[in-house]
Amino acid sequence: MALLDVRDLKTYFETDDGIVKAVDGVSFSIEKGQTLGIVGESGSGKSVTCLTIMGLNARKHTITSGEAIFKGKNLIGMKPSQLRQIRGNDIAMIFQDPMTSLNPVHSIGTQLVEAILLHRDVSTKVAKARATELLKAVGIPRAERRIDDYPHQFSGGMRQRAMIAMALVNDPDLLIADEPTTALDVTTQAQIMNLMKRLQQEFGSAIIVITHDLGVVAEAADDVLVMYAAEVAEQAPVHKLFNRPHHPYTWGLLGSLPRLDIDVDRLVQIPGQPPSLLHPPRGCRFHPRCAYVMEKCRQVDPELVPISTDPDHLQACHLDEATKDREAAKLLEATLRKVI
Amino acid sequence: MAEDLLVVDDVKKHFPVTRGIIFQKQVGAVKAVDGVSFSVKKGETLGIVGESGCGKSTLARCIMRLLDTTDGTITFDGRDITRLSRQAMRPVRREMMMIFQDPYASLNPRKRVGFIVAEALEVHKLGTPAEVKRRVQELLEIVGLNPEHYNRFPHEFSGGQRQRIGVARALAISPKLIVCDEPVSALDVSVQAQILNLLEDLQEAFGLTYVFIAHDLNVVRHISDRVLVMYLGKIAELAPKTELYESPKHPYTGALLSAVPIADPERGRAREPLVLEGDVPSPLNPPSACRFHPRCPRFQEGHCDVEEPPLYSFGGEHVAACHYPLESWPLDAEEFKKPGRAVETPREPGLVS
Repeated sequence: MALLDVRDLKTYFETDDGIVKAVDGVSFSIEKGQTLGIVGESGSGKSVTCLTIMGLNARKHTITSGEAIFKGKNLIGMKPSQLRQIRGNDIAMIFQDPMTSLNPVHSIGTQLVEAILLHRDVSTKVAKARATELLKAVGIPRAERRIDDYPHQFSGGMRQRAMIAMALVNDPDLLIADEPTTALDVTTQAQIMNLMKRLQQEFGSAIIVITHDLGVVAEAADDVLVMYAAEVAEQAPVHKLFNRPHHPYTWGLLGSLPRLDIDVDRLVQIPGQPPSLLHPPRGCRFHPRCAYVMEKCRQVDPELVPISTDPDHLQACHLDEATKDREAAKLLEATLRKVI
Repeated sequence: MAEDLLVVDDVKKHFPVTRGIIFQKQVGAVKAVDGVSFSVKKGETLGIVGESGCGKSTLARCIMRLLDTTDGTITFDGRDITRLSRQAMRPVRREMMMIFQDPYASLNPRKRVGFIVAEALEVHKLGTPAEVKRRVQELLEIVGLNPEHYNRFPHEFSGGQRQRIGVARALAISPKLIVCDEPVSALDVSVQAQILNLLEDLQEAFGLTYVFIAHDLNVVRHISDRVLVMYLGKIAELAPKTELYESPKHPYTGALLSAVPIADPERGRAREPLVLEGDVPSPLNPPSACRFHPRCPRFQEGHCDVEEPPLYSFGGEHVAACHYPLESWPLDAEEFKKPGRAVETPREPGLVS
């Protein structure tokens, strides 16, 4: 059985202008020890998906439906007191901006110890020893002394390490990382990605990485979910997604990426902007920006279905597979394979 | 051969650090830019990369004369502009413009788009009001916006559209040089591609010269002709882009390149990551000699921390400041850590050609 099984998750926010459908029917599952990457542009609903699973949306003016079964229990609609038992203990989260997600008026040590004492019946001394051990594990030099430092005394990379240490204090089964490296420089990003990989091997946790960087996904994830306008556009194991993308939006994302390893003459651009979720387009939500739009796309919202040759590879597009094969091959030739 | 539009010679920018409230005394200096020399040819794009705090934005502001340099000279179009007065700078300012990083913060929210784009034209008294209006509408059209949106406010536009307004504003007075400071880092990838394509089209159409600052090495490879890698206020390496990306010489460049994730699972995972330890040191008290030596896997005691490496030439326009440059590329982690022979007699350290 999967560690986390999300079925038809929907999160709607009531606003003065109407209902914003921030997540509209997302399903996925993740096994122990696996990494799931969720990619999408800002406003595609990737963060809200994870906040909903964690029960971190404001209770007022939020309508949630669907289920998220974690170890046999549904997290959606769970009582706050029960959720608190799970949050920080079985499921932990790393946020994007380490400066705003650490409390500036408490020392790093105090914040780590608090996370331990909330879930474990141990003395402060034991908790502090555990905190020190974890700071060492995430590579903070002189952890015994630095544990009494305040967040502002840490550099950006060190703060993100402290966040990871805090997420790991209770050996969570599932770690949700929301843009864990976006605010960091490339060399620091590489350090943090390596650290997360190493810790996953050591502790065997499952990780959900939310990012807009396809490079991070390509290097870290086992499975990938591509989100567009609150829905899943394509879902596949990472190699299949990059070798044979099936959705025109995924083609656009791959084609619009400048590459480090090869020269691309001209970037493919997706015209237009992502749609407003207050009034999403009828039919397929990508149709106003899609180069392959047909009459059907304007009327019928395509369902997320497996492709004919592979039950693991899901996509939501009306285009016939022969055309897709041809177009995807063209794109791959133009960008990815050019170097060989 | 195209001539140099911009020559930056040994430019330094030190920010004083003071102590005391009434009687301020200088206790140190942040050496944000510390002796940088390069030139940019007409019609060329020079990319500048580096981690946060390496001085790339300060350098851009020095080039634009938004900051006064501590030392060194900046020559623009054959004229030394380092010490020109405000008055004398005016005609020069018509020739250079800047595009900023944050499209939300760099447009005045209280002014209409038409005013924002026209401001430079009005400052330089170019044209009658009717002509200015026509020009602004033409500019909006060039950057792919609807000219009828002339009377809208910035908040009515999305991030990508705002960046287009920023581009239109920069183009208004037909400058020769545009300094782009992280113009696409706040944008989503699909919008980023739109802006990059737009910048390329404009360069072709108007013969623009760009100094393009970014921390994203993918973007810099795509847009630049030559790339300059900065580390703590100094040049680590400067080379034509293909040379820099295919055969980097400075270990820092190598580490940067290997740290960038590649959007291709097979190729990306086949690489061996060369992860640098630690963080960028403080520019307040930078390491001695080679500033990269505390993090460098090829560090040789008694050499790298004593003698500062000049910019050694590696053929053509390829220069790098390292005593123990990388022999080949890609290297595996073992080879990366093993310094080869030091570069012999400091060859011609001259760079400005």
